Amino acid sequence: MDLAAALLDGVLLGGLYALFAAGLSLIFGVMRLVNIAHGDLILLSAFVALTVTSCFSIHPLFSLFLVVPLMAVLGYALQRAVFNRTLGNDILPPLLVSFGLSVFLQNALLQIFRADSQRLHAGPLETWHLDLPFGITMGALPFLMFIVAVLVIGGLQLLLYRTGLGRALRSVSDDGEIAQVMGINNAHLYGVAMAISLAIVSVAGVFLGIRANFDPSIGPTRLIFAFEAIIIGGLGDLWGTLVGGVILGVAQTLGARINPGYQILAGHLVFLAILTVRPQGFFPRTR
Amino acid sequence: MPFKLLETRGLAAFYGDFQALFGVDFQIEPGETIAVIGSNGAGKSTFLKSLVGLVRTKAETVSFDGQAIWGKPAYRIIAQGISLVPEGRRLFPSLTVEENLSIGAYSRRKGPWNLDALYTVFPVLKEKRKLPGTALSGGQQQMAALGRALMANPKLLLCDEISLGLAPIVIREIYEQLEKITSNETTVILVEQDVKQAMAVADRVYCFREGRVVLEGRPSDLGREQITKAYFGV
Ligand SMILES: Nc1ncnc2c1ncn2[C@@H]1O[C@H](COP(=O)(O)OP(=O)(O)O)[C@@H](O)[C@H]1O
Ligand SMILES: [Mg+2]
Repeated sequence: MDLAAALLDGVLLGGLYALFAAGLSLIFGVMRLVNIAHGDLILLSAFVALTVTSCFSIHPLFSLFLVVPLMAVLGYALQRAVFNRTLGNDILPPLLVSFGLSVFLQNALLQIFRADSQRLHAGPLETWHLDLPFGITMGALPFLMFIVAVLVIGGLQLLLYRTGLGRALRSVSDDGEIAQVMGINNAHLYGVAMAISLAIVSVAGVFLGIRANFDPSIGPTRLIFAFEAIIIGGLGDLWGTLVGGVILGVAQTLGARINPGYQILAGHLVFLAILTVRPQGFFPRTR
Repeated sequence: MPFKLLETRGLAAFYGDFQALFGVDFQIEPGETIAVIGSNGAGKSTFLKSLVGLVRTKAETVSFDGQAIWGKPAYRIIAQGISLVPEGRRLFPSLTVEENLSIGAYSRRKGPWNLDALYTVFPVLKEKRKLPGTALSGGQQQMAALGRALMANPKLLLCDEISLGLAPIVIREIYEQLEKITSNETTVILVEQDVKQAMAVADRVYCFREGRVVLEGRPSDLGREQITKAYFGV
């Protein structure tokens, strides 16, 4: 039942990838901004959590009460001060600026925290597990990650489709010019979207830090995982993104079972295979 | 001098380096319906977009309801009580009909219009409220676009070619509704290529050509020849 255990691990890991991806997907959907710095922002929040946990000696999950609002405020400010100035008909300027931000963040984190591997210590949560039938064990942490991912995506979905704010976000995404004529302040709304994105990013960052070692250089790889999850799922559909994350996670854990060195490679191969067979992803948004 | 709800003096508008409007002087009194006519590319849509802050402009004055609105961002102008029914309707494709209408009320201005009031005037929109805006026929989409603009409870309603691409019978229906709707306090600027239609509903007419106002007056005072000349510039 080794295989079943690996499958389960992969599915649960998919939750983390969906968390990586949800904020990226939201920003692309609302303002057609491909945020290259997304992965580094995940790392930034992991380091912010590291600082908070060591300053106040609290559990990393508790640090979220501080990290989430901090990152949300940073997101709003970043959007208003930097990204909003680059948005227009051309998608290249925001792309370049976010690339610049990515480089800046990596180097700033390297300067402050050095290249050493870090870890957010979550105590017994790291080892707790549930014994399932057939001798499969399920770690509490991966399970929690998955549940949180489902909650975050469900929450985001509710926000987008059941609230006035969500309606406004979708209208800006559809037609930014006419949205203004509805009385919407696009600049503010973009700020709110980035705040939400970075709030999700901080949850992702904290789980990333609890699950494995991290250092300032691993952001871009997380960005790739997020991209892959989004594209497999079909651009624009959040539940699809979760499915995409799960497919990627399963591919990676199965790959790792064949040979630990194949983990990342297997994920990319499955991604490429799906891209070849079904380039629109599994749940493309129909317009 | 009667109170002017909206007044522009020396209004110029630009798309990048291209100047689309030149020194437009325009006035409208509360309760008036004004038709803006002119051939394709004359600057009619640009004029409406200038009023709500969607294009870059220069002007001596643009005032609305006693306040200067020149240079203000669109969302502030909308909140002061101007609504636009844009050319080509431009419903939000990923929103349902009802969501399209509701988003019109984003600025939360008080007034007679809400979903119930709209559904009374346009029952077909209530029937189709759960559908995406794009599932409506052209005429129904135009009703929805008009309804969306009314949801903001505007003092001044700007309509850009609401008859474009619609069957004559549908046009008549929409204009009938519009007349009922605006019989209360709403002031209207109608951009219309159909000169006959415009003359029939307007208190005054402005004719644009190549970004300038070339004729202005009451339909009853304007001769057919005069209008043709202004319209085509021959
Ligand atoms: N987005 C734009 N960018 C550049 N030029 C534009 C744009 N929109 C309109 N124009 C130009 O401005 C002029 C006036 O256009 P418009 O106001 O749309 O005319 P009308 O509504 O009377 O048909 C035209 O010459 C048109 O080509
Ligand atoms: Mg036009």
